Amino acid sequence: MQRDVVITGVGLASSLGEGIETHAAALGDGTALVVDTTSFAPYPVHPLKPLELDRQIPKKSDQRQMEPWQRLGVYTAGLALDSAGLKEDAEAKAALQVIVAAGGGERDHAVDSAILTDMRGAGDPGSFLNERLMGDLRPTLFLAQLSNLLAGNIGIVHGITGASRTFMGEEQSGVDAIRIAHARIASGQAETILVGGSYNAERRDMLLLFELGGYLRQGGFAPVFARDDAPGLISGSASAFLVLESAERAAARGARAHARLGAVAAARSKRQPGTVEAALRGLLAELGTVSAGALAISAATGVAGITAEEAAAIASLPQARRVATGDLVGHAVEAAFPVSVALAAAALSKGQTQEAVVTGAGHWRGEGAAHLLKA
Amino acid sequence: MNAINPASAHRDSKGRPLVAVTGLGIVTSLGQGKETNWEALTAGKSGIHRIERFPTQGLRTTIGGTVDFLFDGSFTAPQLSEKLATLAAQEAIGQSGLGQPGDFPGELFMAVPPVEMEWPQKQEMAATVEGDVDYDVLLKVASTGKFAPMHELFVFAGVADHIADRFGTRGSPISLSTACSSGATAIQMGVEAIRRGETSAALCIGTDGSIHAEALIRFSLLSALSTQNDPPEGASKPFSKNRDGFVMGEGAGALVLEDYDHALARGATILGIVAGCGERGDGFHRTRSSPDGKPAILAMQDALADAGLTPDDVDYINAHGTSTPENDKMEAMSCAAVFGERMPNLPISSNKSMVGHTLTAAGAVEAVISFLTIANGTIPPTINYNVPDPAIALDVVPNTAREAKVKTVLSNSFGFGGQNTCLVLTAPPEAA
Repeated sequence: MQRDVVITGVGLASSLGEGIETHAAALGDGTALVVDTTSFAPYPVHPLKPLELDRQIPKKSDQRQMEPWQRLGVYTAGLALDSAGLKEDAEAKAALQVIVAAGGGERDHAVDSAILTDMRGAGDPGSFLNERLMGDLRPTLFLAQLSNLLAGNIGIVHGITGASRTFMGEEQSGVDAIRIAHARIASGQAETILVGGSYNAERRDMLLLFELGGYLRQGGFAPVFARDDAPGLISGSASAFLVLESAERAAARGARAHARLGAVAAARSKRQPGTVEAALRGLLAELGTVSAGALAISAATGVAGITAEEAAAIASLPQARRVATGDLVGHAVEAAFPVSVALAAAALSKGQTQEAVVTGAGHWRGEGAAHLLKA
Repeated sequence: MNAINPASAHRDSKGRPLVAVTGLGIVTSLGQGKETNWEALTAGKSGIHRIERFPTQGLRTTIGGTVDFLFDGSFTAPQLSEKLATLAAQEAIGQSGLGQPGDFPGELFMAVPPVEMEWPQKQEMAATVEGDVDYDVLLKVASTGKFAPMHELFVFAGVADHIADRFGTRGSPISLSTACSSGATAIQMGVEAIRRGETSAALCIGTDGSIHAEALIRFSLLSALSTQNDPPEGASKPFSKNRDGFVMGEGAGALVLEDYDHALARGATILGIVAGCGERGDGFHRTRSSPDGKPAILAMQDALADAGLTPDDVDYINAHGTSTPENDKMEAMSCAAVFGERMPNLPISSNKSMVGHTLTAAGAVEAVISFLTIANGTIPPTINYNVPDPAIALDVVPNTAREAKVKTVLSNSFGFGGQNTCLVLTAPPEAA
């Protein structure tokens, strides 16, 4: 059994603002991008446009128990539920499955810095570390750090009692989250799935992880596919959640489909020169026939080598109009592919295109592609 | 995929492919491998001991089920988690006889602990500069490129990527977390992929080697851990009146899942069937379960329904049984709701009494032990059961293993963040 899968809910938030309208407009006319080149210099970052949290997370106590990446994700998941018309549907929310692509929680930078500094003079570093961690770590911080607690908070705040699964693994977790959600609905294993990811770029602990491997661009902004002077990713705070649904169920409840999600494919190439292009070409072939003039949205990172390979793979699509998600909202790691699929859905929903292809190659591992069509 | 004649294909009660288990592997603080673990588990031996990996001065909890026999020098959580997973997977794949070394013809589903840069690595970086340390200083040190291997060490995709390379699994490997039910979710995802017909085999692993000072302190600050450090082996006492928290453990469980007909066609030994999976979320609280046990009850009922079985078919429950006051009470109440008047006489035991709570790995470790229970006709006990809790009327198989014919096991996993996953594991079909 293979059933059609449609996107009935789109939640999007980024440095540009929130919602389908804002992001579709950016796709259309290239709205001025928002880049902060000073706060985290020499690393540019696309900062989140502040959210009115109360609109999606009414209880202050809930807001307090989350860190920024969780608040952003819970907020955006709420936008997706609103968009799908499911927010007040308790019965639907009891059956709703959730798949979240998540990274790790945020460190308490002040505590870490103070401990590292003071540890220099400590006679017994082990005991010193124990004492300081026992005294200085906020007990509830752990809950803001656990990867699966974004899904947990989505459940608590929005009253979803269906099961959730959290995928980890940087960019590819976002690809696989959408791939598995699509496969489960298409095969009849699930009816409706809320799937997406959230990334807070305004944190030095994650910049540190990427900079260790030399994956960050330094200096000013340059378009994703034109960073040869200083290759690397520019991270952006962004989140996207989608409500995926079987076409039958969407029709039965009279929900409007923004787009049909035709296929999602993923690969893990053993990174050598040329493997990313070959993997992406293979995935594009798996998507089926792509019409000339389709919109090609790329979740490319801007990292040296693989970005040009992704461009070459996209260039194999006939007369595709290429847009880099990173040029609009920055690179949102786990959320990069979901944001790109959400942008494609927004473009289809607004009639900007009849067909879209999404590609992405993770900064270190993983390749993915998706095909979206007019519903 | 081998061609299977649809007319002779075996299907479950819902017309789906049967999901067979053809390989099992396990490592815990009790040792490496099925034989060593089974011997210790049925002898009622504890793997919990005083922690020597790092200083425990000033900590409320100083014990754990750490796996200390795999490395000579120092190591990080991802390195130990990868080593544990590798050993368990080698054992499981070896038993299954599926594929060739380094060429496993199936997908990889892995429950891995969330990892991040650890203190020794930050200290190592800090040691290269003078003066106060903050993240801007660390970023400058990082930009020298001298510590580049730390990136691959601490990315979330790293452990599964290395396992995929080593065993040659197919496709995009899944790294997942559903907190303390992660291992069960990895198995469930393998079952679903085989039922969808996407793959004829899956390597499902739960691994956790993440006991370091900060990890222990974080759980300690949530008052989740037992503080009855003396004697260490007595601290994990699920369902006892004096239970006071869980004991962190390490380990890995690996299962080779395979389309039953695919396994039969190649003449593989069928160790059992993953007959059903159930999962429910709990929108109640970040660390506490719904006091009415509703999500746990529904997850158990869903798993049985998915298997096409009824509560009467279950011979034994492999409990989540963490030894926290709240979990054990909720689990007992939920089981009573599902199994009714049978419950006081239905054996239920907790492997965690011996190996501690292996967290991300627990669902997979306990699934492996459940299949060993079926194969050997012996139920491992709940040890340290000396002060029964009158509020919990259960047959916990106290302190001593018990011989019993076990054909169907319900394995429970419940986690932080409202994660409830239950598996129904059964003996191989008798007349294939």
